[in-house]
Amino acid sequence: MNHVFLILTIVCYSASLALYLAFLNAGKKLGERSATVFLALGLVAHYFALLERSRGSHTVPYHDLYGSLSLFGWLLGLTYLVLELFHRQRSVGAFIVAMVLAVFLASNLAPPDKLTPPPAHGPVFALHVTLSILAYAAFALSFVLSLMYLAEEQLLRSRKLGNVVWRLPPLDLLERMSRSSVLIGLCSIAVGTVLGFVWVDRLHGGFWYYDPKYVITLLVLLLYAVYFFVSRTAAWRGARASKFCIFNFVIVILSFTVVNLYISHSHRYF
Amino acid sequence: MEIVLVGLNHLTAPVEVRERVSFTNEQARRAADELRARGLLEETLVLSTCNRSEVYGVPPEAIRESAAGVSTFLSEFHSVQHDVLRLSLYHHYDGHAVRHLFRVAAGLDSMLLGEAEILGQVREAYKFAHEQRATGPVLNRLFQGALEVGKRVRSETELGARPMSVASAGVKLAERIFGKLKERTALVLGAGSVSEMVLAQLRDRGIAKLFVMNRSPERAGALAKEFGGTVMPWGEWEKALLTPDVVVASVSAEKVLNRAELESVMSARGNRALFLMDLGVPRNIDAAAADLYNVYLYNLEDLSDIVQQNRSARESEIPKAESIIEEHVGKFLSWQASVELVGFVEALRSRVQQERMDFLNERLAAMNHLSVADQQQLQTIVGDLLEKLLIDPAQQLRGERELRRKIQNVEALRDLFLREGDKS
Repeated sequence: MNHVFLILTIVCYSASLALYLAFLNAGKKLGERSATVFLALGLVAHYFALLERSRGSHTVPYHDLYGSLSLFGWLLGLTYLVLELFHRQRSVGAFIVAMVLAVFLASNLAPPDKLTPPPAHGPVFALHVTLSILAYAAFALSFVLSLMYLAEEQLLRSRKLGNVVWRLPPLDLLERMSRSSVLIGLCSIAVGTVLGFVWVDRLHGGFWYYDPKYVITLLVLLLYAVYFFVSRTAAWRGARASKFCIFNFVIVILSFTVVNLYISHSHRYF
Repeated sequence: MEIVLVGLNHLTAPVEVRERVSFTNEQARRAADELRARGLLEETLVLSTCNRSEVYGVPPEAIRESAAGVSTFLSEFHSVQHDVLRLSLYHHYDGHAVRHLFRVAAGLDSMLLGEAEILGQVREAYKFAHEQRATGPVLNRLFQGALEVGKRVRSETELGARPMSVASAGVKLAERIFGKLKERTALVLGAGSVSEMVLAQLRDRGIAKLFVMNRSPERAGALAKEFGGTVMPWGEWEKALLTPDVVVASVSAEKVLNRAELESVMSARGNRALFLMDLGVPRNIDAAAADLYNVYLYNLEDLSDIVQQNRSARESEIPKAESIIEEHVGKFLSWQASVELVGFVEALRSRVQQERMDFLNERLAAMNHLSVADQQQLQTIVGDLLEKLLIDPAQQLRGERELRRKIQNVEALRDLFLREGDKS
């Protein structure tokens, strides 16, 4: 059964990507809405694929890299879909769906880690994991949007516009989408972290159970909060805010790689 | 069922001739009525825009070379010497006329390649002629096809995309930065014809507020009134540049803004993005200001280069548009052939039945030994045989598009199998 959802997800994401690309490349308006529909269908199929995967462990997939990667991809696609519907802008779709598809393929091409499934930790823990991964997905989205901002600004300044510039979202919209995405990330990481502390309290009978992951997570939260508030100020608005957003995502990557792999002892893949 | 087109356009006639041969709606109606009254055309449609005047029509079956008659009519109608007009007119028939109209509707025949206005003009001309009952089944089908071609070319190719004038390129670039201009403010410095073009573009794109600044306040007032803007007093630069998102400068022989001034303006604006369109010659804004943070400066040369890039991009879309046109020309000709073939088969059937009656009546008169019942039976047998011979090809013609396409010349079949009296 899992294979059915896996294949369905790949087919829907691929169709969505092809349609988004056709829109970006040739302005095919006919395919524009179909791209969104296929993305939504892909997300539904992806959800069931995730459900199948989690069935064994009775909780959200977090204990193996591939599972958490797949959840990350799903939340990235979902966040993008919400932003697309809110801002009514489809030109970013090709970039995000490509990323979602790549993440989904990566999470499925290799077999899951041969770890024994962890004991189920209850809904608080599941929500902590899901919200944290949602925050990372939203930050990843703002990272892509900021990169697009800088690239488009560069193209506009160079005056070599080519075909695609006329269909890319306006700079102002990219900036707003990036801020919306960061806001989603900030809310989820804040709630997710609080839930994490609540869960630690239940497990160890006290809030404070030191893990270097806390420090970097609080740093990420702080940096994105600063970005959110300064990105509309005179000194930062425009390209500087986008560069700041990109810098913040580098810290997120650092948290995911160096901190998770070598320093943290309770966070492996989220 | 021939289609004839007689017309002239920006490629064949100078503007003086085009002006004289253009039609108002009333003239178009009158011309269509007269062309039909004179028996030159049965269906008529006049398409008249600033770049073309064309008469599309379907002449009666019996009339050959109807284009010559329409040309003569045009010279009389507009009181232009026929010798003068003849040099500018083109005549197209059937497939060529169909292809020409589809190219016109697609914007391939326009002075500005891919322009969108022509499709609306074709739609209006068709609507008007249809309301006047000047069109019939052939022109209705032809113009509906043309409108479909225009729509498809617009949605499936990039022929109509990207701005093609300096003013529209500038305004579209501003939209790349700000998005829709409905909540934005623009300031236009200067009140010449260039400013007027940009103002029209800004108004069309729904700009929220327009300010006009000019040394002569009267001219600024007139422009502001025309485009729903407000006049700003000349010279108060710092104050004037505080609010607008888009600034268009087109002031003759005067350097308006230098880099240092703009730097202080940007600081006062809190670095809000500023789009500057410098259309002045010599330039009105210091080119060095282009590297200021959140300032997007484009001068006339930059915008002309962008228009040139866009023109090349549009030209590269021509083959796609041509293939859509060919597809629809094929469809139309197939439909036309099917209508003609069905008519031909009907005429052939009635001729065969007539021949059968004449033939049998003549022969049966000499066969007195047959009873009336036998004679009637013989009539029925021969009639059934002839029907059977004709019914299969008739059904095939109705059903198979490919077969209709292969039969290129229905007129030749009519000449071969029908007598003059049967053709009508």
